[in-house]
Amino acid sequence: MSSKVERIILAGFGGQGILFLGKVLAETGMRAGKNVSWIPSYGPEMRGGTANCTVILSENEIASPMVTVPDTVIAMNRPSVARFNLKIKAGGMLMYNSSLIERQEFRDDIRLVEIPASDIAEELGNGKVANLVMAGAYAKFSKLFTVEDLYKALPDFMPGSKKELLEINHTAVEKGFNYVEEKKYMFGRYVYSVFKGI
Amino acid sequence: MAKVLMKGNEAIGEAAVLAGCRYYFGYPITPQSELPAYLSKRLPQVDGVFVQAESEVAAINMVYGAGSAGARVMTSSSSPGISLKQEGISYIAGAEVPCLIVNVVRGGPGLGNIAPAQSDYWQATRGGGHGDYRTLVLAPNSVQEMADMTIEGFELADRFRNPVLLLSDGVLGQMMEPVNLPEPRDYDVNSKKWALGYPGKDKAERNLCSSIFLDVEELEEHNWHLYQKYQVMTDLFSEGQYKDFAVEEHLCDDAEIILVGYGIISRILKTVVEKCRKRGIKAGLLRPKVLWPFPTKAIQRLADKAANFLCVEMSCGQMVEDVKLAVNGKKPVYFFGRTGGTIPSDFEILNEVDKIVRPD
Repeated sequence: MSSKVERIILAGFGGQGILFLGKVLAETGMRAGKNVSWIPSYGPEMRGGTANCTVILSENEIASPMVTVPDTVIAMNRPSVARFNLKIKAGGMLMYNSSLIERQEFRDDIRLVEIPASDIAEELGNGKVANLVMAGAYAKFSKLFTVEDLYKALPDFMPGSKKELLEINHTAVEKGFNYVEEKKYMFGRYVYSVFKGI
Repeated sequence: MAKVLMKGNEAIGEAAVLAGCRYYFGYPITPQSELPAYLSKRLPQVDGVFVQAESEVAAINMVYGAGSAGARVMTSSSSPGISLKQEGISYIAGAEVPCLIVNVVRGGPGLGNIAPAQSDYWQATRGGGHGDYRTLVLAPNSVQEMADMTIEGFELADRFRNPVLLLSDGVLGQMMEPVNLPEPRDYDVNSKKWALGYPGKDKAERNLCSSIFLDVEELEEHNWHLYQKYQVMTDLFSEGQYKDFAVEEHLCDDAEIILVGYGIISRILKTVVEKCRKRGIKAGLLRPKVLWPFPTKAIQRLADKAANFLCVEMSCGQMVEDVKLAVNGKKPVYFFGRTGGTIPSDFEILNEVDKIVRPD
């Protein structure tokens, strides 16, 4: 992954907070002084179907905001893996919600990061914060913003929301970050070989 | 002021308020609905008026009325809705009433789809409605420019007493980028001497805003007057005060191939230019920021230097005709387009460049 620019595609079910997750990453990047862009899919398929958005974080001016070959795909459900898996840049990263996506024959030239985001969120008592678990996990890998930037930006995303809600979101980010920090995820070749039974 | 992360549609709305626009009339349509949604909340906060009209036709005629009264006023829609507004736009141009019209272009013809497109270029730059008239057409390529050009659009509309069209597309309307919001402008609704109800007028003397000239000679005189105004605008945008505002050139000086594109395409072309340069292809980007008056002179100047032109659009080829008129046969002008809501990738455009500069 280039240190200067991070191109991310985020995808999942409508209702999993995909667009919001993208917005969180973009806004945090912006506050960390980076150039950012965010483009949603806004097709009619959004209702009850899949949602995805594209985020670029960059130290330099962003020329094209479109992403054909993402550095990272954050997939929250199974159809998202099928749709975007092959587009990831070689050496890039697939970060997926392993609560809803079973281990399968992924590519072995990318880094795989399994985060049981939905399970972690359910443990916290609110399945809806799975997206922020992913945000925390991504913060561990990002070279353009830190988890502290994310904590700092968080309250502004939820103006007027209750203290408990803010706390649970904060904890979700923390859990996601720590999950990666403690290296509970698996690397690409290892996952691949486990699947193949090698 | 700190940067704010905003959608393009919302940036237009906030910029309009900062420009002193207090009247919005429109009818919802994807992908521009965030703009009326934003203004329906924002305008009442500044004692403005927001009306969701019963149709696009009604909305544009409300704009005609408010503009005639001297107010800064706007409407917005997306392609099929803009088609419906054409009658009103023609009346407004004929009556020389300033206003801002935003088109967040989607796929056509007909109902088409809601994906981004650039297939309304002809409609925007050729008039669109009936009669001999022109609208000033601005083409932003970022959320920041959506805001800046909205403010500039109101200024230009007032200066030339002409409708200004902001030609955007689904991507620019929907995407979020950081924006530096400009300083608010003071606007006095009673500042236009020609407007209805101008308070400086003698009571016996009335202003009239109309596009009806039943007398043949009178209409001809009026049309030549409009024509002369359009000539003045053309001069100001090609050589005069707005020369630099009208066009952006990037690495054109030594370029052997000039890529021409506006709006979101110009952003993709900038990436293509970077990739070309890395491969040793001397590419440059010419981006019209104003589509009418078209930056013909800027292209003419480059036609003496560069070997090839490649015009890229999200249409089957509309602006390419203006590029060809400007190049005037001096150099080959190639075209590459995707349509129906497809956005060309930098890779496929790079492939086209390769075909032109390395034809083996």
